[in-house]
Amino acid sequence: MSSDGSSGSEFDRFRVTFFEECNEILADLEVHLTQLQSEALDVEGLNAVFRAAHSIKAGAGAFGFTRLVTFTHSFEALLDKLRDGVLEQTPQISDILIRGGDNLAELVAAAQEERELPEDFAAATLADIQDILQEGEVATDASPEASVTDAAPDTATGSGSATWQVVVTPGQDLFKNATEPLLLIRELAGLGELSTECNAGNLPSLRRMDPELSYLSWTFTLVSDCTKADIEEVFEFVDDTCLIEITQSSQAANPDAQSPAPDTQPAATPEPATAEPVATPQTVAAAKPTGPGAATSQSKPPQASSIRVDLNRIDRLVNTVGELVITQAMLSEEMAELAEHTGRQHIAGQEQLAALTRELQECVMAIRMQPVKSVFARMPRLVRDLSGKLGKKINLRMAGEHTEVDKTIIEELADPLTHMIRNSIDHGMEMPADRVAAGKSEEGTIDLSAAHVGGNIVISVMDDGAGINRERVLGKAIEKGIVAPDAHLSEHEIDELIFAPGFSTADSVTDISGRGVGMDVVRRNIMGIGGRIQVTSTPGRGTRFNLLIPLTLAVLDGMIVAVGDQRYILPITSIVESFRPEREQLRFLDDRTQVVSIRGEFIRIVKLCDLFNINKAVRDPASGLVVLVEVAGGGKVGITVDELIGQQQIVIKSLNDNFDPVEGISGATILGNGKVALILDIEQLAAMRASNGGRHFAGELGVLPGGAIVAAE
Amino acid sequence: MQTDMLPANGGAPAGFGMPADANQVEASPETCQFISFTLGKDEYAIDIMAVREIKGWTHTTPLPNQSPHVLGVLNLRGAIVPILDLRSRFGQGLTETTPMHVVIIVNVGERTFGILVDAVSDILTVEPKEIKPVPENDKTGSEAYLNGIINADHGMVVVLSLKELFN
Repeated sequence: MSSDGSSGSEFDRFRVTFFEECNEILADLEVHLTQLQSEALDVEGLNAVFRAAHSIKAGAGAFGFTRLVTFTHSFEALLDKLRDGVLEQTPQISDILIRGGDNLAELVAAAQEERELPEDFAAATLADIQDILQEGEVATDASPEASVTDAAPDTATGSGSATWQVVVTPGQDLFKNATEPLLLIRELAGLGELSTECNAGNLPSLRRMDPELSYLSWTFTLVSDCTKADIEEVFEFVDDTCLIEITQSSQAANPDAQSPAPDTQPAATPEPATAEPVATPQTVAAAKPTGPGAATSQSKPPQASSIRVDLNRIDRLVNTVGELVITQAMLSEEMAELAEHTGRQHIAGQEQLAALTRELQECVMAIRMQPVKSVFARMPRLVRDLSGKLGKKINLRMAGEHTEVDKTIIEELADPLTHMIRNSIDHGMEMPADRVAAGKSEEGTIDLSAAHVGGNIVISVMDDGAGINRERVLGKAIEKGIVAPDAHLSEHEIDELIFAPGFSTADSVTDISGRGVGMDVVRRNIMGIGGRIQVTSTPGRGTRFNLLIPLTLAVLDGMIVAVGDQRYILPITSIVESFRPEREQLRFLDDRTQVVSIRGEFIRIVKLCDLFNINKAVRDPASGLVVLVEVAGGGKVGITVDELIGQQQIVIKSLNDNFDPVEGISGATILGNGKVALILDIEQLAAMRASNGGRHFAGELGVLPGGAIVAAE
Repeated sequence: MQTDMLPANGGAPAGFGMPADANQVEASPETCQFISFTLGKDEYAIDIMAVREIKGWTHTTPLPNQSPHVLGVLNLRGAIVPILDLRSRFGQGLTETTPMHVVIIVNVGERTFGILVDAVSDILTVEPKEIKPVPENDKTGSEAYLNGIINADHGMVVVLSLKELFN
């Protein structure tokens, strides 16, 4: 009804919000169901799961996703019985709940993508739930007394029909809250035999009527064997906007049926009906959280309040604050020049402004921060499912789930992490028998941890499996033509091969280890968010992947370098070291390729001044500086610059909004003086050189992804 | 020289000397408005609706390995905006910039960029029929960026299509 007056786009918006909420709810659900795998849920946990299912059901009803409603309804019924202690949490039920959670996620996804699921989808789960519920019924009938618990006094209800009178007087804002009374009435009608009386007495004259306000109220007479809680539940989502009176009228079918009237007295009281005069029906639960509607009020534990904000708005805020920081820096610089002529107060004010600006920026950046928990929470399931499928025994340990990182980065982390864990289970971990044979415990362990290190977050995935089988990896790489057959690679370089594109695409290296299930994709994804991935492996002892990821995509720790009269930014995360080489360390291999030798490694030199045609730059690396940077594929190149200007946190601006991509440049930023400086794209710089000739160098390894050349020892 | 911001809606800015007849023609909804500017002795015009602002020349940060007419990028209140030298685009060599030169910031499609010209001269309000087609002297289509010619009081003004010019 409420959407009648609104446009389709508004409806779409509600729909989008619904699915957004669903996904949050499902993530929450997942956490609790994961817990269920190891132990029974406490009342709070059950309530949380129940609430999750219930919220989805309510929304699904409003949008007409009938299958979702049907399923959640059953799911909820099962949870309700668990919550009330009618059913015990057996492993069988846990299993059904976990499966149900999966089904629920799938149903939501199907509804969101508007695809049809097969007719018998989740039928098995539903049948199981039905069976359990029926068993539960029998149990309840057998010992009605036992089911009277503090948490849910209502469950003691007998099965006889009663006549309920429900008076619902909505507040005027009913429709503005997107409530459709018809749906509520239909749900109520589902409980039993319903007759409805609409009270239009408050309806003003047509001229004075505001079509967006609600003027009607209803009196429902319901003959049903339901409990008061069932009726309350129908109105659960409107109980703060409507005045709801639920009374049991006098013509009850049998006196026993009146006992449920939710006084907390046990059903043992002989004639509770006579305790209340029949003429004045007992009024129960009028307004919100008071009264014995314990089941509903209890299900809303205090939570840290939060609001939902469009990401674009936050982006705008972040950008504006970025501008503020730059402007402030500009002012500071100019003030410094004027310092001699400026009063002390000005300078003090300036410093205060600088501090406030920094703090403001930190606050704003914090808005986008979220704990990595949302990604980590998916992993226990993955481990459980996959290890079960493969017949391996694996224990996943997680640490640092509360480490916070930018929302956009969290979204980009899910795929790579899933991939890496899958890889560890599939190829790193041995079968239990093999582990025992190798003198290890039968159960393997995967450690997943996150921690803040400097301005970055480090996520590591460590397994105690067999480690990378270097022989196989090298053999495969040679077979695939990724490495020359006569190449001599260090152990580390062989490990790095699992990230090489093309290494993974064809048939797997089979059993034990070393198949990179799209590890090149993992590396690309991680580099895409400005991060790096490293692998270390010890044969027989296990493999460790380390992800070094910036906290946010909006800012970057940059090193400002000078080349001629130009200033460029190098991302700090890629810089290994910088040094001024001695002349003996330098050597031309041909007229274009120059290498520098450092600690026995030969590093190709990339001359920025040549690539970018910058005049007035220092051409001889021995007179300037070489900045050693790491490129994808684990290789290194040395970039020549005139000097290092300093380190600064910079706000990343896109160049491509208004211009075509420029080779060697990943973006731009605005320096303290208001001028634009370009951010160097190291991968592209390395590739630019490669395309200008001199592709193979030092013979052995040749070109790795992105044209990076790894010096072979 | 005019270096202040110019509202893109074509309100008469001070110092432009709006021609007297322009206001009269404006009554017709059919008319179009152009900003005209000079490069040396030649006068050109672009659709006023594309113009976001007009500012004096300031230093730009060069972009590596681009065509000569790409002068670089500048910071326009937080946005990175490329600046293009129109003279160079026409193959007449790079403009020797002074603070007296003018950058017209334009929106073309999704993109914003600036074009460097010598000076902004006028706002022209004309009826479509006053825009004469460019004579077809070149079959190669290389002059697709020439949209037409307006016969203004003081001489010919060539209407440019920015979209074609910097495609």
